Amino acid sequence: MKNSSILTGIILIVLYAHIFAQPDRSKVPAIPPAPELNLPAVQQFDLSNGLKVYFMEKHEVPLVQLNILVKTGSVNDPNEKSGIAGLMADMLDEGAAGKTALQIADEIDFLGAEISSGAGMHFSSVNLHTPLSKFDQALRILSQIVLTPDFPENELDRLKKERLTTILQWHDDPRSIASVAFSQLLFSKNHPYGRPSIGNEVSIRNISAADLKDFHNRYFKSNNAYVITVGDITKEKLTAALEESFGKWQKGDVPQVKLKEPEQVKNRIVYLIDKPGAPQSVLSMGRVGLPRLSKDYFPVSVMNTVLGGSFSSRLNQNLREQHGYTYGAFSSFGFRPLPGPFSAQASVQTEVTDSALIQFLKELNDISAEIPEQELSRAKNYLALGYPSNFQTVRDIAGQLAEIVQYSLPEDYFNEYIPSVNEVDAAKAIDAAKKYIVPDQMIIVVVGDRSKIEEGIRRLNLGEIKNLSVTDVLGAIPEVVQ
Amino acid sequence: MRVIIIIILACISIQAQSTGLNVPYTRHVLQNGLNVILHEDHSIPMVSLNMWYHVGSGYERQGRTGFAHLFEHLMFEGSGHVPEGQFDKLLEAAGGDNNGSTNTDRTNYWENVPSNALELALYLDSDRMGYLLDSMTPELVDGQRSVVKNERRQSYENRPYGLAWEIIYKNVYPAEHPYSWTTIGSMEDLSAASYEDVVNFFKTYYAPNNASLSIAGDINTAETIKLVEKWFGEIPRGKSIPQLQMPVVKAAEEKSIIHEDKVQLPRLYMVWVTPPTLTPGDAEMDALANIMAGGKNSRLYKRLVYDMQIAQDVSAFQDSKRFSSEFFIIATARSGHNLEEIKTVIQEEIDKLKKEPPTERELQRAVNQYEARFLDRLENIGGFGGKADLLNNYFYYTGNPDYFSEDLNRYKSLTVKDIQAMTQTYLKDNSRVILSIVPQGKRDLAIRAKEEVQ
Repeated sequence: MKNSSILTGIILIVLYAHIFAQPDRSKVPAIPPAPELNLPAVQQFDLSNGLKVYFMEKHEVPLVQLNILVKTGSVNDPNEKSGIAGLMADMLDEGAAGKTALQIADEIDFLGAEISSGAGMHFSSVNLHTPLSKFDQALRILSQIVLTPDFPENELDRLKKERLTTILQWHDDPRSIASVAFSQLLFSKNHPYGRPSIGNEVSIRNISAADLKDFHNRYFKSNNAYVITVGDITKEKLTAALEESFGKWQKGDVPQVKLKEPEQVKNRIVYLIDKPGAPQSVLSMGRVGLPRLSKDYFPVSVMNTVLGGSFSSRLNQNLREQHGYTYGAFSSFGFRPLPGPFSAQASVQTEVTDSALIQFLKELNDISAEIPEQELSRAKNYLALGYPSNFQTVRDIAGQLAEIVQYSLPEDYFNEYIPSVNEVDAAKAIDAAKKYIVPDQMIIVVVGDRSKIEEGIRRLNLGEIKNLSVTDVLGAIPEVVQ
Repeated sequence: MRVIIIIILACISIQAQSTGLNVPYTRHVLQNGLNVILHEDHSIPMVSLNMWYHVGSGYERQGRTGFAHLFEHLMFEGSGHVPEGQFDKLLEAAGGDNNGSTNTDRTNYWENVPSNALELALYLDSDRMGYLLDSMTPELVDGQRSVVKNERRQSYENRPYGLAWEIIYKNVYPAEHPYSWTTIGSMEDLSAASYEDVVNFFKTYYAPNNASLSIAGDINTAETIKLVEKWFGEIPRGKSIPQLQMPVVKAAEEKSIIHEDKVQLPRLYMVWVTPPTLTPGDAEMDALANIMAGGKNSRLYKRLVYDMQIAQDVSAFQDSKRFSSEFFIIATARSGHNLEEIKTVIQEEIDKLKKEPPTERELQRAVNQYEARFLDRLENIGGFGGKADLLNNYFYYTGNPDYFSEDLNRYKSLTVKDIQAMTQTYLKDNSRVILSIVPQGKRDLAIRAKEEVQ
């Protein structure tokens, strides 16, 4: 140990003489009322060019998180060039303002800062995480990446090969196969929600550097973007820095796409995807859920916590704790501007695939029948009382602010969350289950060893069974030539 | 009546002030030997309890691999006054979350709760330390045995390249060395674990004098230590803990192994035994990993992935452990390329670093990144890698919970010559394990094997 030379220690030795009663373990200690979460206010202001800024001060650690959100994503991908939003976001730091990819990476790494970029379905983001002491330099690099990317041909060629290889590698991984298959079979390849954001072999090959420039020009406009900042900085300093780096970002007309509502599943279909020799079957079942801004958001969130949204949820208790079929069973709703997916999932031992499906369907049915008060209040408390833990880091908080931005939620949304959860009663939760968990209208995707599981699944008479190959889902294995 | 001696150590580090990294804490030792570390952070109304038991898979014996981790699962299944299932339910009903993890050297458990539920977490965590066996049954053991077997299937067997770790450790360490198996253990040994094993393991290792409890967050130190004493004070001290005698690792050979898997692309693993965590050489290996494969400008990434584009990915890392660590280089070849091509490049870069130190900028870039990550470490209060966990981590390995600044200074004081010297000392060509994982029937893509193990 080398600590003695650099430490000065103050050592206090205190003797306490206390009389302690044996603690009474026969009852659980009483829990006093929950403390309030007092967050600094969300500050909203516009730069001189109209760029909207959402800001929260956080001074405990000298860090700044600054996320640029742009309202475009894979839903804006043309069908024949699907993957373009993601590829464009990934290409931003591959050359900008005349600097090469290697120069940019070296500069950022040398600062100890991190810049990551990516496209979601409806929004893209470029996120900067930096020590406060490096904020000005890091912000300058961020603005070059966001505003003046060069999209060099050679780097595009490299990233395309990387993506094609990723698709090739998905063929090996049962969970990747299940995930792509579930979205594709639920929403269909004709809906943007049904396509992997990375694109497919043909569409990736179709994308040119000119396409990326065009896409960037079309959507990266100051009136189509938001800045989220959380950290150890004042509004004055932030404003000045942003004016300098993003104050000249131009406005422009941004095309709006009208997306079709996803079609609901009409009856139950089982898709069996063969993965010979697999020791587990990956199960994903579900249907189309509800949009983020639905009035049912809170009842659904509470109901799903009971069903499969926490460790002590019904699915996990049944399939893991009671039966030992799996390491974990969960369910979730994907919230988006349009109805996203509801899915329930687990990887189960091959031999019990049919038994596991029976238990899944039992829980999916039972959730609409009854939710006892104790179970309901546990779920509500889990969400409401656990809410402060979502605000530990600058990254966490920026993520919370991003939700406010993406869905135009009120600025005091953080204060509304807990009361909104607490308003949900058993009747509302059960109504939510009846409306959104309809086990007769679900797709069930099973990726596993067909020779061992098909017979058992057929005996359950769940509905039509369609056999698919991995290639049916992912396409042929891409040829990547150097 | 009890007389309790509490020792409070308030350490103020001068270096800590100069780097701006200090996590003020108080340390208390209960009469039963339980070490308690308290740290106040009132930024949000949340508290994290973090318990380290100083036992991991390194304490297992041959024939019972995976046992420490299986035991970790049983710690959530109820205890004398807490019926099965209630541990999670009570915490969730209070807005809390919890988890645990096992590695070779220790087992950790945490509960993140709103600060009003601190006493509930103390009650639950103390009950399982004091009264686990009162409710343990062979059926509970069987239940978690199935869960853990499914964890093994999910995380290792049904995952591409998932069995690499098992093969690597088996070949890096001699068979009697407990680092020679994975924490998850083998299916056979998981089947063999018995109720009696659970009883013995608990009595030997899960005693207050073999544990440390760290509590960070929105607490009042004086009140919290009273509550800790209330709930943990009555648990009797256990027998003294048997010291581990680790067999000597003398790997003076290069082993090359080929394993066929259901994968499309071959992957190369190169592994060396390196110095233990937080000892001389450990920080050098971290910095070397960054110089080799951290970011686009790192040597291996730039050549294999960026310039030549013969690899899909490359990574390098030091897996720091208590008795010895391992340094890994891992790369996946692209279609049409074999692992000899990849290895040639890796070997060239290792040789180059042995001959010439890295540039000052390469090292400084790595150190700057470490320094920034230390700031991130101060942000999370709880969970894995949060402040409560790190205070316990530093206490276990150095005796000083607030070792943040000293840890960072290890990196800040590195020189380029240090990196060169440690590369020469530890990345020896004749003392390493090389694993080729190749698609089935494609052994020609592998490194030519001297010795083959399935």
